[in-house]
Amino acid sequence: MKLTLKIWRQNGPNDKGKLVDYPVDHVSPDMSFLEMLDVLNEHLVEKGDQPIAFDHDCREGICGMCSLVINGRAHGPQGAVTTCQLHMRSFKDGDTIYIEPFRANSFPVIKDLAVDRSAFDRIIQAGGYISVNTGAAQDANNLPVNKNDADKAFSAATCIGCGACVATCKNASAMLFVSAKVSQLALLPQGKIEAQDRVLNMVNQMDLEGFGNCTNTGACEVECPKGISLDNIARMNREYLVASVKKEK
Amino acid sequence: MKTSIARKILMALSGLFLLVFLLQHFIINFLSVVSPSGFNSVSHFMGYNPLIQFVMQPILMFGVVFHLIMGILLEMQNRGARSVKYAVNGAGANSSWMSRNMIITGLTVMMFLGLHMYDFWAPEMIYKYIEPMPQDPTRYFTELQHKFVDPIRVALYCVSFIFLALHLLYGFQSAFQSVGFRHNRYTPTIKKLGNIYAIAIPLGFIVIALFHYVSQLN
Amino acid sequence: MSVLDSKIPKGAINDKWTYYKDHVNLVNPANKRSIDIIVVGTGLAGSSAAASLAEMGYSVKAFCFQDSARRAHSIAAQGGINAAKNYKNDGDSTYRLFYDTIKGGDYRAREANVHRLAEVSANIIDQCVAQGVPFARDYGGMLDNRSFGGTLVQRTFYAAGQTGQQLLLGAYSAISKEVAKGSVKMYARHEMLDMVIVGGKARGIIARNLVTGEIERHSAHAVLLCTGGYGNVFFLSTNAMGSNVTAAWKAYKRGAYFGNPCYTQIHPTCIPVSGDHQSKLTLMSESLRNDGRIWVPAKKEDVEAIRQKKKKPTDLAEGDRDYYLERRYPSFGNLVPRDVASRAAKERCDAGYGVNATGEAVYLDFAAAIERYGKIECTKKNITNADHATIIKLGREVVKEKYGNLFDMYMQITGENPYETPMMIYPAVHYTMGGLWVDYNLMTTVPGCYALGEANFSDHGANRLGASALMQGLADGYFVIPYTIGEFLANDIRTGKIPTNTPEFDEAERQVKERIEKFLSSKGTKPVDYFHKKLGKVMWNKCGMARNAQGLKEAIEEIKAIREDFWANVRVTGTANEFNQELEKAGRVADFIELGELMCRDALAREESCGGHFREEYQTEDGEALRDDNKFAHVAAWEFKGVENEPSRHKEELVYENIKLVQRSYK
Repeated sequence: MKLTLKIWRQNGPNDKGKLVDYPVDHVSPDMSFLEMLDVLNEHLVEKGDQPIAFDHDCREGICGMCSLVINGRAHGPQGAVTTCQLHMRSFKDGDTIYIEPFRANSFPVIKDLAVDRSAFDRIIQAGGYISVNTGAAQDANNLPVNKNDADKAFSAATCIGCGACVATCKNASAMLFVSAKVSQLALLPQGKIEAQDRVLNMVNQMDLEGFGNCTNTGACEVECPKGISLDNIARMNREYLVASVKKEK
Repeated sequence: MKTSIARKILMALSGLFLLVFLLQHFIINFLSVVSPSGFNSVSHFMGYNPLIQFVMQPILMFGVVFHLIMGILLEMQNRGARSVKYAVNGAGANSSWMSRNMIITGLTVMMFLGLHMYDFWAPEMIYKYIEPMPQDPTRYFTELQHKFVDPIRVALYCVSFIFLALHLLYGFQSAFQSVGFRHNRYTPTIKKLGNIYAIAIPLGFIVIALFHYVSQLN
Repeated sequence: MSVLDSKIPKGAINDKWTYYKDHVNLVNPANKRSIDIIVVGTGLAGSSAAASLAEMGYSVKAFCFQDSARRAHSIAAQGGINAAKNYKNDGDSTYRLFYDTIKGGDYRAREANVHRLAEVSANIIDQCVAQGVPFARDYGGMLDNRSFGGTLVQRTFYAAGQTGQQLLLGAYSAISKEVAKGSVKMYARHEMLDMVIVGGKARGIIARNLVTGEIERHSAHAVLLCTGGYGNVFFLSTNAMGSNVTAAWKAYKRGAYFGNPCYTQIHPTCIPVSGDHQSKLTLMSESLRNDGRIWVPAKKEDVEAIRQKKKKPTDLAEGDRDYYLERRYPSFGNLVPRDVASRAAKERCDAGYGVNATGEAVYLDFAAAIERYGKIECTKKNITNADHATIIKLGREVVKEKYGNLFDMYMQITGENPYETPMMIYPAVHYTMGGLWVDYNLMTTVPGCYALGEANFSDHGANRLGASALMQGLADGYFVIPYTIGEFLANDIRTGKIPTNTPEFDEAERQVKERIEKFLSSKGTKPVDYFHKKLGKVMWNKCGMARNAQGLKEAIEEIKAIREDFWANVRVTGTANEFNQELEKAGRVADFIELGELMCRDALAREESCGGHFREEYQTEDGEALRDDNKFAHVAAWEFKGVENEPSRHKEELVYENIKLVQRSYK
């Protein structure tokens, strides 16, 4: 296949950045999208040009490091996959493909297509955990968990923290990410103990990071590579409402 | 009030409140089609009952203004969360037009509301408080009919309600999501109910307008 | 006596760890605050160690090269985590887990370490559940288990096909909790480029801030390397693109011995290579072997027809299929350990029975499982006389429930639907049992430098059993290092902060900068990946699933040539003071090249076959690995003597007091 790539190049956080055209040839439909970029980068290095910076690591759709907005869609045209799992057979000969970084003020560009998602870490640090020290745990089966709740908690916990929800949301809202963690822990008996403080603190940190507000468009759920459900956002809204009403001074 | 979720919940609650008001407004208006005298008496009650006038009316006004200002505020904040826009935006593939353009449908409805206030509310206020005239429990139907003579105004009225329908098609169920009411047994029903409401009520208003326009043609 | 002192506590195997814990030196809580610990890597071992040590009161600095601690490659483990809980009432016990691990490792692991691992395994599950890790549960709300290769009991806890992810996120939440308290300082997008030795002890690291390019000095009283395995030396592996040996390699060059570098695990169920562009291989969880049957056509003409797409695998009658694992190993069948399954696949493909265009693929077939489950569902639902279509439909639903995400992933990568046609799989490099040599305390031969998780060599012998990597990483981090580090740090309560303005730090930093400068000033023309791929080919062909003396000798020479070519002809674009991914890769590949040579040397010196190390010269008549317990029941620990010089090989004899060494049999 022959393709025209329009790739965002930005040499550092303070550079203005622009789209640059790269024609590529001999693209095999069996390549993954990132392998296609690898091949382009090899050519760029051979020519002595700067290769395109992009984040990636596991390349099996689980680490959440890869990103990219491809033709206006986070992780490309297919739902429920990460960019690293996207294969070139989803495109056709002669296509023009726009490749941009995940854009949000809370995700500043580091270089080209790589962005800084440390805001997510800070949100987790604000309360996305159960405060149990090593060694303090009781026998695992002393705490039965209703299977339905356990399954729901698992579905929420499959979030890979890639940030596609933020990238795709017209408001750059991080609600799906935050709600997935809030939900996971709120659904489990061991998480309920800190549930109220958790939701208040995590939402507070989310706002401090400068993410936009959720307007329920549902785009995040569609683009989420792990199919995290809007149920979680509703649950977080509920948890938040209850927590803020009950919260003592 | 300060956090994003609190604002979103208040946005939803004010929206839900306005939904109830709209339903009530529709029922009264619909009376004008089936029973002009019934319409007159209910209108008169609404116009002169102190509870309605001095408690409910200000609450309603506050609800409308709050929904408007909060909507604009959130929209501005949301736009600010992404300074550099995408060169290509594929949002059409993951969300509905209505969900992304609540500010447009909302502001259009608000503009209409301005016209509506000028048409009905302002004269009422003048009639009742600024240049007080004696109570007349039979005037409302005629006044109503009078507003639906001009075809341009009727068309404007109809178009506004189409925007309202778009606003509600998304807003109704979104409000439930915002307050955290989502359940796999009830949410599908709420969505259906929302669609019915969002189409039936604005359509009803349009029918009422057309009815009065047509009935006065000859 | 050997220079290697494994420091195994005295007493019976059951009592060693208890005795150790009762007598180990401790640091009092007030003193812990003034002791700094560096943890490099934030996978299961690193995150759990950093969190646990911080909880105890130590000041921890944690480093990872990824953009967040949560990205470490532990996240990709699919199948599960072993623990001797015996929740299934099927006769499991600490001893059985210990025994299975030693046997699975082909009798090349240290008894005391493995027994300790089995002892703490149950605590790991408790700890993870308390953290909110959503393990699979049954309808009564209790934890569920499944079986895994190489065992006869069900002791594997799992969270669908994402167990590693869930465990890592649990450890990540624990470390996040400590970051919030200020007891862990997190350095993401930082790569350790050297270890600093002061007075013979590991006292710090030199790290590069990958965003700004700044070279930073960090000091501590101890350095923990939790940096994972080195499978990427093969270029193609199931490791993440960034997984590397650099941190461990720097420690090796600073005096830490490297244990059993040649022990590489080749995982039997990976998606086959599709072309030259391939950047990594994707694993399909071993749990698939619970229900999938592995086969190739029995007749060559069917192989040809399938390769030419004249026949589909589903066209072949049962009699025309060779379920070679079931044939060769009737008692374990498709659930033989990984090394056995991988070699059996290679044997069939080498004999010409490979089923894809490259001849390097076998089938993993779910048709029988789908039918079996379908029938069970029919019974459950009281459907009598169900037609075939209904059975298949219901069966597919069950299989989807169990393996849905894996099937989706397979479909995504290959474009084929595994519900309808058998999957194609082939072995791929997956895990490295070798790593830095450590004693019972997990300390390397450099005092104060520890290695945890896959980065050390300790618990898996010559072959790791499925679902044991997660167990070991978390055991080391949560339940071993918090005790064993006290032994060393108890002597440091009066040391005070380690200064970074010393000649040792100056020198280490100078060397790091010099090397970066060397990369950037190289006037070559070839990208880093060119050399990496070349190295990978040599390693795969000559130091892969089967090795022989001649091939290994050639490989050593070839790798030397690659090393010279690399330094003469590599091109690294960009500058040192910016986000520069080519520069990162160059440093890692340079270390892989040196490591590759050492692996070949180790494989050459080990004149026997055991576990993942298969020397063609040493096999039984029916092609099984042939150990030589008289000459090779030892750990080989290599000491660095300079890049150009041959390293020296030290031995730690493995003493088996509790388990009798026998020929491993899964027949």
